[in-house]
Amino acid sequence: MSTVLDIDGPAAPPRVNGELVFAEPWESRAFGLAMTLHAGGGFEWEGFRQQLMAAIARAETAGGEWSYYRCWLEALEAVVVAEGLVAGGDVERRAVALADRPAGHDHGDEH
Amino acid sequence: MSPVPAPSDIPIALRTEALESILVERGLVDPAVMDKFISTYENDVGPLNGAKVVAKAWTDPEYKSRLLADGTAAILELGFKGPQGECIVVLENTPSLHHLVVCTLCSCYPWPVLGLPPSWYKDPAYRSRAVREPRALLAELGLELGDDVEIRVHDSSSEVRYMVLPERPAGTENMSEVELTRLVTREAMTGTAKASLPS
Repeated sequence: MSTVLDIDGPAAPPRVNGELVFAEPWESRAFGLAMTLHAGGGFEWEGFRQQLMAAIARAETAGGEWSYYRCWLEALEAVVVAEGLVAGGDVERRAVALADRPAGHDHGDEH
Repeated sequence: MSPVPAPSDIPIALRTEALESILVERGLVDPAVMDKFISTYENDVGPLNGAKVVAKAWTDPEYKSRLLADGTAAILELGFKGPQGECIVVLENTPSLHHLVVCTLCSCYPWPVLGLPPSWYKDPAYRSRAVREPRALLAELGLELGDDVEIRVHDSSSEVRYMVLPERPAGTENMSEVELTRLVTREAMTGTAKASLPS
């Protein structure tokens, strides 16, 4: 299993002396989602890898703040939509629903 | 149904959470399995710098000679150095001689090449047993060495830090240097395991 991750090249995740580095918690969640879904047969790794390299190339062309795991998430979303696991727009709608969570999360006064 | 916002309007952490929540809800991702994956992969490659040194020595006989003659200089050739890596002696494991590295006094450890020391390395019981009964200790760690294999235990100090050059596994003749780096673990470079092909 540990051999699927690129060590060198554009698709390789950030590491310090070989160990993966996550700058923020969501990065490790995005990483874990892809690994778990792949291990469960959700998608072929090479297809994801191609999406990841394409996302990285787009981000480099666009400039701005660089984030490897932003590209990673973009690639993962593209793959799950292509595999029919998630429909386009699902993630955005769920994000809105999560942002509207009642008391304990966000602006609960409305609920 | 609420309108779909533009992707760029959604904070990335929320977006990740949304995707996770959908995949979990649909039974495509088990959160417990996912947590285990994350912790496993955080250490999947282990100390890559040391692994590159080993793989180069396996594929380049001249580099190997330089490495065994002057570990510090040969490791510096690859650009690795640091506050704990000033004087590194590299010990070559062979079919008849097995080196095991410990530090009985402190926890000297060449971390520029070997990464952070594993927790057991600092365990006093490990250190004292490694010196007293290395064969039994190695067997408990899963490395059974025949009686015909000599074991030498090396005590790292503040002046000299050791790194083990493990034997290149059989069946790897056609592997590239990059592929070989993936076979080299932290354990193999301290002599508590051999480098091996993934089972």
